[in-house]
This record gives sequence, C-alpha cells and structure tokens, in this order.
Amino acid sequence: MNIDYSILTIITFVPLAGAVLLALLPDRGRIQQWGALLVTLITFVCTLHLPSHFDYTAPAGSFQFQENLSWIASPSIRYHVGVDGLSMWLVVLTGLLAPLGVLISWKAIDNRRKLFYILFLLQQVAMLGIFVSLDLFLYYAFWELSLVPMALLIATFGRTENRRRAAIKFFLYAFIPSAILLVGMLWLYARTGTFDYPQLAALAATHDISSSPTALWLASLAFLIAFLVKVPAFPLHGWLPDAVSEAPTAAVMVIAGKLGLYSILRFSFGIFPGQSHRIAPLMLALGAIGIIYGALMALVQKDLKRLAAYGTLGHVSVVILGIFAFTVSGIDGGIYQTLNEGIGGGALFMLLGLLYERYRTYDMREYGGLAARLPWIVTMFVLTSLSVTGLPMLNGFVGEFLVFSGTMQSTVANHTGWTVLATASVILTASYMLWMIQRVFYGDLSRRSAQIDAMDLTAREHLALWPLIALFLFMGIASPVWMRAIDIAGANIATTVNRSQAVTVNMDASTRNGPATPETALASTKGTR
Amino acid sequence: MPADYLWLIPLLPFAGFLINGTLGRRLPRPLVSAIALIPTFLSACLWIWLWFTMKAAGAPESIHSGITLFGNSWISVSGFHADFALTVDHLTLLMLGVVTCVGFLIHLYSVGYMAHEEGYWRFFAYLNLFMFFMLVLVLSTNFLLLFVGWEGVGLASYLLIGFYFKRDSAANAGKKAFIVNRIGDFGFLLAMFLLIAHFGTLDFSTIFSAISQHPEWQGGFLTAIALLLVVGAAGKSAQIPLYVWLPDAMEGPTPVSALIHAATMVTAGIYMVARSHTLFDRSPYALGVVAIIGAATAIMAACIGMVQHDIKRVLAYSTVSQLGYMFLACGVGAYTAGVFHLLTHAFFKALLFLAAGSVIHALSGEQDMRKMGGLRKRIPVTFWTMTMGVVAIAGIPPLAGFFSKDEILFRAFVSPNPIGKLLWLVGLITAGMTSFYMFRLWFKTFFGEERFEEHHDAHAPGHDAHGHGGVHESPLIMTLPLMVLALLSIIGGWVGVPEALGGHDEIGAFLDPVLSNGVQVTEVVGHGTELGLAVVSVVVALIGLFAAYVLYYKKPGTAAGYARSFPALYHLVENKFYIDEIYQNIIVTPLLMFSRLFLGGVVEGAAVNGSGFAAGATARGLGSLVRRAQSGNIRSYAGWLALGAAAVIAVMIFGHSLWLH
Repeated sequence: MNIDYSILTIITFVPLAGAVLLALLPDRGRIQQWGALLVTLITFVCTLHLPSHFDYTAPAGSFQFQENLSWIASPSIRYHVGVDGLSMWLVVLTGLLAPLGVLISWKAIDNRRKLFYILFLLQQVAMLGIFVSLDLFLYYAFWELSLVPMALLIATFGRTENRRRAAIKFFLYAFIPSAILLVGMLWLYARTGTFDYPQLAALAATHDISSSPTALWLASLAFLIAFLVKVPAFPLHGWLPDAVSEAPTAAVMVIAGKLGLYSILRFSFGIFPGQSHRIAPLMLALGAIGIIYGALMALVQKDLKRLAAYGTLGHVSVVILGIFAFTVSGIDGGIYQTLNEGIGGGALFMLLGLLYERYRTYDMREYGGLAARLPWIVTMFVLTSLSVTGLPMLNGFVGEFLVFSGTMQSTVANHTGWTVLATASVILTASYMLWMIQRVFYGDLSRRSAQIDAMDLTAREHLALWPLIALFLFMGIASPVWMRAIDIAGANIATTVNRSQAVTVNMDASTRNGPATPETALASTKGTR
Repeated sequence: MPADYLWLIPLLPFAGFLINGTLGRRLPRPLVSAIALIPTFLSACLWIWLWFTMKAAGAPESIHSGITLFGNSWISVSGFHADFALTVDHLTLLMLGVVTCVGFLIHLYSVGYMAHEEGYWRFFAYLNLFMFFMLVLVLSTNFLLLFVGWEGVGLASYLLIGFYFKRDSAANAGKKAFIVNRIGDFGFLLAMFLLIAHFGTLDFSTIFSAISQHPEWQGGFLTAIALLLVVGAAGKSAQIPLYVWLPDAMEGPTPVSALIHAATMVTAGIYMVARSHTLFDRSPYALGVVAIIGAATAIMAACIGMVQHDIKRVLAYSTVSQLGYMFLACGVGAYTAGVFHLLTHAFFKALLFLAAGSVIHALSGEQDMRKMGGLRKRIPVTFWTMTMGVVAIAGIPPLAGFFSKDEILFRAFVSPNPIGKLLWLVGLITAGMTSFYMFRLWFKTFFGEERFEEHHDAHAPGHDAHGHGGVHESPLIMTLPLMVLALLSIIGGWVGVPEALGGHDEIGAFLDPVLSNGVQVTEVVGHGTELGLAVVSVVVALIGLFAAYVLYYKKPGTAAGYARSFPALYHLVENKFYIDEIYQNIIVTPLLMFSRLFLGGVVEGAAVNGSGFAAGATARGLGSLVRRAQSGNIRSYAGWLALGAAAVIAVMIFGHSLWLH
C-alpha cells in the first residue's frame, strides 16, 4: 500500500497519539520533554514526505495525498484530507515549529509539564487538521479544537495574574465568530447537501450555491469574520496583545497568522470568490491600515512582547493586503509571507523568551548594553530583526516585495494609495526593530543586566534557533524551492476569483438594480461589523 | 571567459566575511587581516584582468553572467522573475575599479588604524560584507539585485557606524542612518513597483530598450518613477532633505567614513541615476528636481562645513556638498561629468578622510580642530598627502578635482535648463566656499601654534583612536595608502581633460556606450567660453584659499570676531540650520504622540477593545457569559463546547425540516 494515501492521517494523528502517550508517562525528570520532542520530531519527519513527493505537474486546483472516506452517512460528513501548494508548506512549517517549541520550553516550563506538553501536542493536532481537512465539518472540528488547548495554555501557564482574563478574552474573541462560522457552514450544507470543499468550490465556480446574493453575502461574511478574528486583522485584534504577552513562548509562536490566513485563502476565496472580490477594497484598506497601525503601536510599546505582538499584527496585515489584491504576485507573496511570519515571528518570540528566562522581565527599560555579554543572542536577534524588517537576501523581503508589487498591479479600487501607505511600513518596521535592538543590547549596561550574570546561548537553544536562522537565508535566496508549489496554488486562486468577478460583473450589468452592487455590498459589510 | 568568473568578484569578499564573521573571534589578528585583505586584493586583480579584457580591441561592450542557486533563479512567480544576474559594462567597470582599488587601500590602512581596537575581527568582517554588497550593487543587471546591494551596504553601514555600540551616540547614529535610508528605500521600492506594473520586469536592458522604442513616452508615469528613484538616491547619497544621517555617521571608525561615507556607498545614488539615465532623459521635470536638489545641497552643506570644528564633520559636510555637485551634474544631463566627479572625489575624499584619521591617530583620538595646529612638522607624510587632497578638492589645476568640477559647472552653464545659469552660479559660489573650508581645515590643523596636549597615557577605551604616547607619524601600512591616493588625486583628473584645454576627454569616450543619450547641449559654445569659465572657477578657488589664509593663518582670531558680529546667523549655521531639531519636533515627536495617545489610547482602548464585546446589542448576554466563565472553572469551556456541538448536530439532523430550507 502506498503511504501517500495515509500520510496526512499519520501526520495529523501522530501528535494525538503522542499526547495519549504523554498522559500515560509519569511527570518525572525530563521524561515529558523527551517524549514530546520525540513525537514532534517524528511528526516533522513525516511532514517532509509531502514536499519530497509533491507532484508539481498535477493540474491546478487538484489536491494530493488525498484520503476520502465516508465518516457519517447522513448528514453527509466525510473524512476527506488532502493538500495542495497552498497548504503543503504550512503543514511542514507546523511540523518544524513544534520540536523547536519543545526545545524552547525545556526549562521555561517547570510546573505541570505533563499538562503543558499534552496541550501543546493537541494544539498541533488541531493546526495540522485545519490545514489538511477538505471536509467543512471535519475542518470545523479541528478549528474548534484549536481554541481550547491555546486558551488553557494561556490560562494555566500565563506569566502574570492577568492570564485568566487574557485566556477568556482569547477564547471569546475566537469562539463567538466561530459559532457564526458554523451557521454559515450549515447554511451551505442546507443549500448544497455537502460539506466537501472541492465540491463546494466547483459549485461556487459555476454560481450554483445559491441564487440569493444577500444570503451568499451573509454566509461569506460569516466565514470571513471568523477568519479575520483568528488572523487577527485590524480592528479585530483586541485579543492579540493580551494573549501574546501572557502565553508561554511555544504557544505564542503559533498563536497568530497562519490558521486564519490559510482559511481565508482556502474557504473564503474558494467558496465565495465573487463576494471576496467585492469586499476587497475594504480589506485592502484594513490591511494597509493594519500594517501602519501595528508598526506605530509597536513603536510606542515599552514591553518587548507587546511590541512583538503589534509587530505581528503589522505582518499578518501585509498578508491580508497581498491576498486581497487578487494578483498572482500578491497571493503568492501573501502565502510566502504567511510562512515568513511563522518563521520570523517564531524566532523573535523565542529570542524574547530566552531573554525573559535570563532576566525575568519583558520591560525594555530594564535592559541595556547586553551586546558585549551575549554575542550569540545579539547576532541572532539582529538577524531576526533584519528578516522581519524585510532586508533583501532574507526571507521577509521576498514575501513583502511580492505583496506590495502585487498590490500595485491590482485592479481593486484605490489599490495605489493603499500600496503607498503600506510601503511606508518599511520605514516604521525598521524604526521599531532597531530601536528595540538598541535599547536591549547597546549603550551602557542597565542595573538589572549588570546584576544578573546570564550566559549566552546554550547548545539546546542553538539547536532551537539555527533551523529558523538557516531558513531566513535559504528562503531569502532560493525562494523558488518553496514558491514553485505556492505559485501553482496562488495562480489558481487568482484565476478563480478574477473569473468569478468577470462573470458577476456581467450579471451586474444585466441586473443593474439588483441588491448586490458593490456599494450596497460595502454598506451591508459595515452594517454587520 | 570573464563571464564565468564574474561572480567571484563579489563572492570573494563574502567568503572573507563568512570566515571572519564566524571564526574571527578566535583567530589571531594577522590571520584575520589576511582573511579580509586577500579576497579584496583578488577582487581587485580580477577587476584589472577584466579591465584589460574589455579594453582589448573588439571586446564586447558588456559582459553578462547569470547565477542560479540550486538550479533556481532568485524569485520566480507567474508573471515576474528576478535573477541573480551580473553585467559589466563600462560604467560598471569604472565603479568596480573605484570599489575594489580604493576598497583595498582602505582595508590596508585599517590594519594599522584598527590595530589596537577591540572587535578587530568584527570590523573586518563587516568591511568585507560591505565590499560584497557594494560589488553586487554595481554589478547588478536589474533593479532588484541593485536594491539588494543598496540595502546591504546600508546594513554594513549601520553595523560599522554603530561599531562602538557601547557609546550611545554611535548606536543612535547607526540607527538614524538606517532609518533615514529606509525613507529613501520607500521611494525606491515604490519606483520598482511602478516599473513592474508598467514593464513587467526590473531588468535594466528590457526597461531601457522599451523606453527607447517608445519616443512618445514623455513625462507621465516616467516622471513618477524617476521622482521616486530620486527619493531613493537622495537617501543613499545624502541629499536634501535626507542628508541628515551622513554627518552623524562620522561616529564610525575613520576608515569606514573614508570607504563607505565618502568614496563608495554614498555615490550609489549617483550611480543609480546615471544607470537609469534613459528614464530620466524622458522627464525634464525630474531632471530639474535632481539639479535643484543637487545645487541646494551643495551650497547648504558647504555653508555648514565652513563653521564646523570637528575635522571629520567638516569632511562629512564636504562630502554632502560634493555629492550635491554630482547630483547637479546628473540633473543637467551631464551624467559623464557626474561619474567623472564621482571618480576623482573617491580618490581625494578617501585620501582626506584617511589623512584626517592619521591626524586623529597622531593626537590619540582628538577630532576638534581647535585643539590641533602646527602639525606639519610632526607628521610630514600625512601633511603632504593631505595637502594634495585639499588642493584637489579645492579645484586648483592640474589636480583631479579641478577637471571634474569644472566640467560640471560648464555643463550647468550651457544646459537647456531654464535656470542653468543660476545653477552654475550656485555651483561657482560653492566652489569658493569649498576652497575656503578646506584650506581653513588645512591651516587650522597643520599651521599656527600647537594647541593640543601631548598624551602619554593609554587611550580612552572605546574611542575612535588610541595612543602610544606622543604625537607621532602613522606606520607605513597607513601612510602607503595615503601616498597612493595622493598620487591618484593628482593625476586622476587627467583622464577627463576637455578639448578646450588641449585634452581628449578619455573618460567621456569611455563611458559613451553607456551614457551616450544624455541631454544634448543646445547652446553652441566655443572653447573660449569654456576656458573663460574655467578661469573664473580657478579665480574663485584662489579667493577661497586667500580668505582662509588671512583668517586662519595671517590673523588667527579674526574669524571669531566676524562670527561675533553676526551671532544669530553664526549660530544658525553652526547648529546646522536646526534641521535635526526641526525633523525631531515636526515629524518624530508628533508621530510618537499620535501613536501613543490617539492610536494607543483612543483607538486601541475604546474602539478595538471596546467594540469587541462590550458594545452592541449582544453586550449584556455576553457579559453574563463572561461573568459565569470567570467565576467558574476554565475547563467548563469544554462543557460549553460539547453543549454547542450537540446543539449543532441536533440542528443538522432535524433542521432540514425546520428552517434551513
């Protein structure tokens, strides 16, 4: 039997099996850490099967490594998993970040290790499940699952006494839109009788889901808002700074970005292409504003983690901007930038976590002059900052450049203005990153840094950071390795959305007084928000 | 074939960077120097070989070489490709010569200058990194790879300005340089986005041949692109309004100021404008902006340079001013003259900085000219070589600066630009001021009474120099580059002697294949006019010399008297027109206040967090949910979830008949 048919199931459920295993193992010594490390490494190795066996000649829009079994006959729910160029590297990235997260939590998590690693593995199961599910119901199960371990991680392992509030805020922000998402999914099922994504996408392409533009609008908004909160996009990011500043490093590394962004690309664009195109002017605006807003907020933070949180908001907004431009460059760049956000943001949060382990504070004012003492950490920190800042030859540049150049070529309304505004972030991002470096590492030794005699990177920490640093470089100079698969998916998405637009424009021309002109569409969006 | 080895030119220094950057900490200093110097030297040798290959009869006008990594280009998506591709044509060949040769000389000098510094390995690693990116910049065959070099040299500059990172002023200066350059990059990036939108590529040859094939394209989007490129060039080449970073960049070690902030990196903007001249030629408006920026920068920086006391700051403002000349040249369509001045300036300004470094070295880190004086007998080699540099920049024939500056002034005078004569006049006045402030520096440093104290103790830690006791001449490894550069400052201008003076303007002919389409001179001018203008500029330079002689040698102290009679004006200029303060108070502080108070307070506090759940019709219900959740166990979420799921399934199963249709 060919492993290709079950590889995704293996990838998804190895961490689950690992969680069960950890539950059975005692919480003594370093058993939990080693166990979690082993499980995550196995998962990661399994994920590498995907790129090495990916068929680049497969027709656009098709899925690979599919497994499609009937789960519940009525209502028709199937166990349907598969990946394409959009999700493949996200699965690999999720696989890679997990062992690094274990390594970085090795000493940082010292109480209730068992609970921590079990939740951590469950979180991984949920993320992998989201990326591979092609059945909406299955997807939704993983989507809901992704909330619980994260909320518990924040509530249990948070840093300050605010952790519960942060966890609840995170949970409610994510849970309520999810409920609306569920309603949207059920409506889809009621209309079409299927939860299967490829079938739904095919129906959407032929405009056979519903003839009621209003209903389609509402359903598309139910999807989009749930995803936007998860991303999070401005101004729905209220949960992010609190959750980030409380959550342990390993959880923060995966808290934002990829799940929501992937879901928009897959489901919003795939099932509601026309509606997505209609709302694009608004989304471009929110993307560009989010970029600048995140950067400006980062500029005035005193807490390192909050700074990084607002930086994250800016970076996920870059993706929002790029994908809603509906050009191939913009979507490709957006997907690439989603990976970059995971890698660069992950490295940044890891480094901040390392500093916290040594100096027990995230307050920038307490730092200073560490460069001479911690040469390795400062080197890694500068490299990470340069990647986040988008310096050419590092990964961030490729994504950012494609996004902005793609937005510039867009046909969406006001795209030039938003591109110009968004591009101004290259100044602001450099400002807050360099400012942070200077305050933490340069100048005179602060009192706290002088009192605590911390050591530079340990071997374990080197091991956790180097893969990401190496990826900065490789993804910066050899982007086609990743882009080849991404481009197939990105071009397909751009075609799908733009084609739907061409058709609906014609429909509009014939039904000029219909309810779904762009103006009313926008008005209805604003009303809902 | 040369094309096969082209990639070695940048990659050799990169290898040096990698070795020193990773292992340098543990290696002995001589080995570190060897690892840094040998690749640079080899790159220079490759350049010489390339030079003879391309000068040979029948040689192609350009050599192209593509590189693939793991069988891939650099960026490749449907509709856009960018490669690691290198091209050498005559313009690049000239720039390569400047970068590799001046670069090597400065590496050599640094071995002596940095001999007693902490972080020796780090310095050379960064210096090699700079060489790599600068070579990529000039070798690039498309805008994107040029941008790689462009950003990379900015990074190297950031690291080297902040080399003494324990000093707050150095860390600040590095950050400022990077951020101000990023403002320029903002323009450069937008220009590239527009280029992609209009041409679908960033390849020089494709874009420029497309423009050449469409003579009907005048102004319009080309003006927009050109102006955005000017923003980028103004950042990198320290022009108004983005020049503010360069004077502060003097916080870096002096060899860095010579290499990066005088000879090579800051000329990248001029190189870029010259490289894209096909585009600029179509937009008289953009060219006019370039010319005006250049002239204004030249005269403003010269003004400030006249009253500075720090020897390196005088040279820094002088650099800004000379870069203004190059901008002016490009703006009047005299790209060749601009590149010619770039060449001679690289020689004499590198020389001046290195000589200033030698002075600072002799005085154990003293940079204030008020505490110098009478040094000509104590450090004779430095004195004589620096004299060559001063005479060259002052524009006194037959040294290098005269020919290139005079060419620029002449081309401004005869340019079709409606304010060409005014630009010429501004350039001429600046020439007089240049001569004045350079000879002021010369007299204050080397003549008059000795105003310094002899240090016999060790150097101040972390400071940009070091003493071994007493005022002393620098070692041969530092004076040798000075001598070579002095020689080049003398003869470097002879490649561009105009016909009016009996020369052949070899550099014009050499660059003609690349820069031929410059704005044509419409006014027919005889050699007589050209000679007359040359005489005028020499006279102006001599007046500057004479003024400095009177004020700072014959009657020292009179200058201070004049300054006292115009206190307001003097303070205005001495404080650099308060530009830094204006930027701080008008842009930076309001932006931070806006972010902190409006965004952080109003938007984040009220709108984002408030609107989330508190507001709206569902607020009350949710509020009770929150309260219940807070009072209870967090794990009850699982229960809520199960309950919800059960409801969902119930609705799914029975919903068909109820309401979902």
